[in-house]
Amino acid sequence: MTEHPDRPGGSRTRESTEYERVQATPQFAELRNRFRKFVFPWTIFFLVWYFLYVLLAAFAPGFMSIKLFGNINLGFLLGGLQFVSTFGITMLYVRWASREFDPRADVIRDEMERAGV
Amino acid sequence: MSRLVPAAETVGNPALNIGIFALFVVITLTVVIKVAAGKKSAAQYYTGGAAFSGRQNGIAIAGDYLSAASFLGIAGAIALQGYDGFLYSIGFLVAWLVALLLTAELMRNTGRYTMADVLSFRLRQRPVRIAAATSTLAVSFFYLLAQMAGAGGLVSLLLGVTSQTAQYLVIAVVGAVMIGYVMIGGMKGTTWVQIIKAVLLITATAIITVWVLGKYGFNLSSLFQAAVDTTGKGGEKLLDPGLKYGINTTTKIDFISLSMALVLGTAGLPHVLIRFYTVPTAKQARKSVEWAIWLIGGFYLLTLVVGFGAAAMVGPARIKAAAGGANSAAPLLAYELGGSAFLGIVSGIAFATILAVVAGLTITSSATFAHDLYKEVFKRGNVTPEQEVRVARLAALGIGVVAIFGGILAYGQNIAFLVALAFAVAASANLPTILYSLFWRGFTTRGACWSIYGGLISSLGLIVFSPVMSGKVDAAGKSLSMITNPNIDFHWFPLENPGIISIPLAFFLGWLGSVTSKDEVDDAKWAEMEVRSLTGAGANVEVVNH
Repeated sequence: MTEHPDRPGGSRTRESTEYERVQATPQFAELRNRFRKFVFPWTIFFLVWYFLYVLLAAFAPGFMSIKLFGNINLGFLLGGLQFVSTFGITMLYVRWASREFDPRADVIRDEMERAGV
Repeated sequence: MSRLVPAAETVGNPALNIGIFALFVVITLTVVIKVAAGKKSAAQYYTGGAAFSGRQNGIAIAGDYLSAASFLGIAGAIALQGYDGFLYSIGFLVAWLVALLLTAELMRNTGRYTMADVLSFRLRQRPVRIAAATSTLAVSFFYLLAQMAGAGGLVSLLLGVTSQTAQYLVIAVVGAVMIGYVMIGGMKGTTWVQIIKAVLLITATAIITVWVLGKYGFNLSSLFQAAVDTTGKGGEKLLDPGLKYGINTTTKIDFISLSMALVLGTAGLPHVLIRFYTVPTAKQARKSVEWAIWLIGGFYLLTLVVGFGAAAMVGPARIKAAAGGANSAAPLLAYELGGSAFLGIVSGIAFATILAVVAGLTITSSATFAHDLYKEVFKRGNVTPEQEVRVARLAALGIGVVAIFGGILAYGQNIAFLVALAFAVAASANLPTILYSLFWRGFTTRGACWSIYGGLISSLGLIVFSPVMSGKVDAAGKSLSMITNPNIDFHWFPLENPGIISIPLAFFLGWLGSVTSKDEVDDAKWAEMEVRSLTGAGANVEVVNH
């Protein structure tokens, strides 16, 4: 990108056609499908689980106040589980990305860089 | 929490507090000057040459994100409102999954310096850049206000400064140091300030946590019991949800609105987005977020103990009576634990926190001003890098001055709460357009403008007509609003946080604007964006190590 070093959106015509060609390849379609199949369901999962927790705190305080161990009630347990699920999804994603996503993305990018993009 | 509260209690030794803070400033300024040596290209100024590692950037993100609102605000909210304060931290953390899964890597691959780079990538440059720049500046301004308000509160508590002139002077000093970081150090210097501050803040909070837990036999349940006992009448409510938000249906809906803003706001915060450009690749951006999630999550678990520790050992009566109100819970706890010396250390770190976050906000705003508005919009790209950097530095100066005056005006407001408003604006004005840009082929310029301006105007407008601005009074008739005269009341929107209306509205407007637009979708640009965002091809155009 020597012509327009400061324009991320700026591009040469040849580059764009190359991008369109790559976009239409089955390899890229597979990469995109795998990406969406991983991130969309997990996004829905954590949002539903977070808002379930929020709604319970707002509309079922009695339920959340049930004491479990000493002063630790269900609300604190579920709040703690929000931390656990956030850490868990992070680890899952990072592992998935390095095993499933990166190798496929690297192949496509290397091929494009060899083609001079 | 109004500025009418007299500075009732000054704790610790002001000279010591100032000394520790001054030490931090000297050390960080030395680092900034050292790393900033040499001439600056635009890339150097905005991104530090994209030469930071994922781990360094992750720590810096934690430094940027764990603002005074996280440390002072959440600790205070937990101390006074117990469980409901804890809910803030959960939203602030879970929000990072949006960045991790949906935006961080894709934004890294498609942008260069600012959020507007990505949003205007395949749409018409000028209108989208102007819209994105406007919302960037608005969100950053709200966030700045919150941080500067925190600085003002700390000042009166810690430095024994009670006269108004002297408080303003201290805010001005904070502002001046911050301007120095940004103007001298650019992104590289600012990042190092954030890294140093993150390490100090997390370490200090960990020490407080272990100290507090040690006093209660490392038993969380006993700590909770002590907090309940110290609070006295009604104290057992601290442990259950609802103390702040469970009063009636309006407050419950307000709470849902707040939760939406928190969880959807983070990924739309411009000063968080810009951090992804400081690393060379999407993989390093992923690593940054991974580090950030561990550090931020760990920190919020610690603040739970800090908050309940303050409730148990200081007690709500003293916290409320202190200058700075809820925001002074953590410093008062430090005083209770380790006396003047420890208070000095903790307050020095709290100052450092504010300074670092304000510097991050300032560099974001100055980048937006110089790169998006001055270069791309006013000059249509015809500027030299030297001119651009000079404008960015001047913008940093101007923004710093605005921050100083804003801080004086916002003094006394709860900072966690002000930050929540910034999140609401970010979630409404920025996130819908970011997601549509990255994932929806049919998104158009009109959709982007409708969504950004619609989200911005609706969220800001609803805040203006909410109880935050006017008409909220406590049982004694004292005003709790920004306009402290209880006779001025023009609020009609019942909620304090606009997210529940403005976020869905902005998503809807983005869709509506696009489907009604006559613009042809630029398929070549869409292909470039999609392929680039997922593979990183063409994104690593400049990895400079000067």
